[in-house]
Amino acid sequence: MNEIAPTHVKEATVTMDAGEMRCDSASAPEQVDITCARAPIGLLAELTHRCPLQCPYCSNPLELERVNTELSTEEWQKVMRQAAQLGILQIHLSGGEPTVRRDLEEIVKTAADTGLYTNLITAAVLLTRERLQKLKEAGLDHVQISIQDVDTAADNADRIAGYKGGSAKKKLVAGWVRELGLPLTINAPIHRHNIKNVEAIIDYAVELGAGRVEIAHVQYYAWALKNRAALMPAREDFMTAAKATEKARERLKGVIVIDMVVPDYYAKFPKPCMGGWGRGIINVTPQGRVLPCHAAESIKGLEFDNVRDKPLGEIWLYGSAFQKYRGTSWMKEPCRSCPRREIDFGGCRCQAFALTGDAANTDPACSLSPMHSEWAQVAEVESHLPSPEFIHRRPGGASPKPAMEKTPAPTEV
Amino acid sequence: MDEAAPRTRAIVTAATRPALPPHIKLRHDAGRGKWLVLAPERVFEPDEIAVAVLKLCDGARTVDDIAGELAKEYNAPKQEIVADIVSMLQDLADKGVVKA
Repeated sequence: MNEIAPTHVKEATVTMDAGEMRCDSASAPEQVDITCARAPIGLLAELTHRCPLQCPYCSNPLELERVNTELSTEEWQKVMRQAAQLGILQIHLSGGEPTVRRDLEEIVKTAADTGLYTNLITAAVLLTRERLQKLKEAGLDHVQISIQDVDTAADNADRIAGYKGGSAKKKLVAGWVRELGLPLTINAPIHRHNIKNVEAIIDYAVELGAGRVEIAHVQYYAWALKNRAALMPAREDFMTAAKATEKARERLKGVIVIDMVVPDYYAKFPKPCMGGWGRGIINVTPQGRVLPCHAAESIKGLEFDNVRDKPLGEIWLYGSAFQKYRGTSWMKEPCRSCPRREIDFGGCRCQAFALTGDAANTDPACSLSPMHSEWAQVAEVESHLPSPEFIHRRPGGASPKPAMEKTPAPTEV
Repeated sequence: MDEAAPRTRAIVTAATRPALPPHIKLRHDAGRGKWLVLAPERVFEPDEIAVAVLKLCDGARTVDDIAGELAKEYNAPKQEIVADIVSMLQDLADKGVVKA
């Protein structure tokens, strides 16, 4: 008992050395070394891509999946049971907007019954108090509500989300969450249209009764990459916001936990995306495809297994997409011999692919990437130009087809 | 209105009766062979001492009571244990893991 006390409890936010993983004989091929990989800590379940909001930084892919291809209730329940068996600890029920699924309570119940920690990631605008009550009864552990700005800037918030009245409804739902005794996290994606309000957003999260707030500087993939020129904050605004966040952390210690996601365009080192590919997180899309990261489908040439065809544990261990960039053996220079290779894992594979054409290259966010200076300039230039209009997130919105193409092809007479 | 997110910082003392809020789960994970604390978007790995303390955080025992029990079990001076536990629980209270 003579150590400094806080070291008695180590935090493992995303990744954890799982040591041996649980795998029953049905979910793993014969004669396999089941100690060769770690079980993921978290599963991001994208229950649907449907969403009433149209946020221009949405992390869903530009090609949104359709409702009639979504996994059924039974299929999601099977995923939950397999997840628990594999050793996954936490389920993040996300989307799209997960509450558009009428069977959300059933999915939550199965997850909770198998011992998984359930976290609902919601835009909140579709929730009623009765439904929240039912979700709580089903075993929901935690609610995360996203906001676009503070309530006194509701017009700005609703403009960003492309949803009138959204800000007011979110405030109402946050109140219900707390009344029902559920713990609340507020997630606030930050960009040039709200970055000056960072401190006010943190105070608003306290007012809403949140125990935790995420100051989530937008990451530039998918819709956010498409809208980068409209979203990228200026470096000086980011620095001011970062200082304000630090100050608030001191001021609100023990009142609210403040987490900050740094925009990598202004970071010193690339971020260890997903805590390392195929290491701590697993993602299931609405159709059941299993991804090492929610943006992984942007990397051309990767093949993804589906929970409809194979058990989750087998996909995690042996799926080609997971094996491709797991660990460090796939790395090229300068990553291969870098002393930080197991700290940041060469940054983000999706960003490396999007900007260099090869996902095995060093993420240009790293100063050792030959593309780094060119890349860093992009933020500098775009953030000081006037903001273009948002390309709002909606099916087909990323590449609107000209009217001509919508005309049905003539049928033979 | 809520207990999980106090609007002022709770200071842990020997007289505090610490508890784990319902959404914080102390659980033994058989697959990994270790105890874990599940919290919103976080997982903590308590060591043997921390597990012993957290198991006694029932909202009824004070920090002093907990230290008394552990002093016997570990055959260690109680005052040292109190200081150690106060510091550990303050850190966990600040992270929202323990209700003080």
